[in-house]
Amino acid sequence: MPHDHSDHSHALLPPDPALRVKALETILTRKGLIDPAALGEIIDTYQNKIGPQNGAQVVARAWSDPEFRTALLSDATAAVSDLGYFGRQGEHIVAVENTPDLHNMVVCTLCSCYPWPLLGIPPAWYKSDAYRARVVREPRKVLADFGVTLPADTAVRVWDSTAEVRYLVVPMRPSGTEGLDLDALAALVTRDSMIGTALAQEPT
Amino acid sequence: MTRVHDMGGRFGDGPVIPDSPDTPVFATDWHARALAMTLACGALGQWNIDISRHARERLSPQDYTGFSYYEIWIAALADLLVERGVLTQADLTGQGSETPHPLAARMLRAEAVSAVLAQGGPATRDSDERPKFSPGQAVRCRHPGDSSLVDGGHTRLPAYAAGARGYILRLHGTHVLPDSNAHDLGEAPEPLYAVRFAAGELWAHPEHPDDQVVLDLWQSYLVPQ
Repeated sequence: MPHDHSDHSHALLPPDPALRVKALETILTRKGLIDPAALGEIIDTYQNKIGPQNGAQVVARAWSDPEFRTALLSDATAAVSDLGYFGRQGEHIVAVENTPDLHNMVVCTLCSCYPWPLLGIPPAWYKSDAYRARVVREPRKVLADFGVTLPADTAVRVWDSTAEVRYLVVPMRPSGTEGLDLDALAALVTRDSMIGTALAQEPT
Repeated sequence: MTRVHDMGGRFGDGPVIPDSPDTPVFATDWHARALAMTLACGALGQWNIDISRHARERLSPQDYTGFSYYEIWIAALADLLVERGVLTQADLTGQGSETPHPLAARMLRAEAVSAVLAQGGPATRDSDERPKFSPGQAVRCRHPGDSSLVDGGHTRLPAYAAGARGYILRLHGTHVLPDSNAHDLGEAPEPLYAVRFAAGELWAHPEHPDDQVVLDLWQSYLVPQ
């Protein structure tokens, strides 16, 4: 197989993963190919600046503003870009809305594609073999792992992100939230509810 | 004919273990460094995202299965750096030269990070390739499902959908074809569609008669039904 690794270059680095990463970073830094401060900047971005709070703002607005909801469902890339959410792994966004008849869930069975500008870096379970293998075939059993049971007449639509299109689930707005402002609504929108493995939280 | 990463529908995996709201984004420091280093090396411009995905997929099944998520990333990164001529195997063992690297001018600097991450890299391209299918139309995925361009090559048609009949849900525009782009064969942009499949078309025992799976599929993956 000419395109396979026949020489396993990675095996020349130390086997312990933390040491392997450190060794490669040292080599690349010495050669002037990476700037350790840039790595720190990237980590800070996804640890502290970009995360599911972004997606929650989008959902809260869709719940409260019918015009924005229409725009989001017809061209999500433009609609979320207007709110300032754009960038790597979010170049092409499609928003899919849950209804009493249809529950949406998102996976990447081939790797770990995920809408970074809206949800940040995916959680470990999203990248796990179990989720990738099972959710397309038995979504309700996977939902049960999350403690979620759907009504018997709700169909499930699982979106397998096989291209550069990234999907955002718009969960159903919980009842009893009529008077809440955007921030209070956004607080009910969990990361998992925007992947489809949870429902939005009920107000307390 | 499949590779180990193509696991959609596979039997035998255990439960999915949810995390809690206070779980950190990166479980350990080296996870964060592995991700950041992969992004920073991508900025050197020596490969594209499809080449990078393919490098992870063609780790040996033993490595892919035995490695944790970020171990897969770092192994594929080390392999790519050598394959694309950025580093030598001697560099990896500490025997390489200390002379300045010709790509050093392209190093991603800390002050450029936010602009680079915010800019992203759209996959849509102008193309003369016209859409052959329209929403609602019945199509069938090619079978066999492995890459038609390169033996054992990269493709984004999961094995579970090969040969299956579905319906065009929407046209996403004209996107770079990973099957070609992952092998330095050009971007070869094609119309990309969301295609809806009844769960019963894919699985012998679907959980619910109305369940569906939607995949994003390029025009050359599909034939009219």
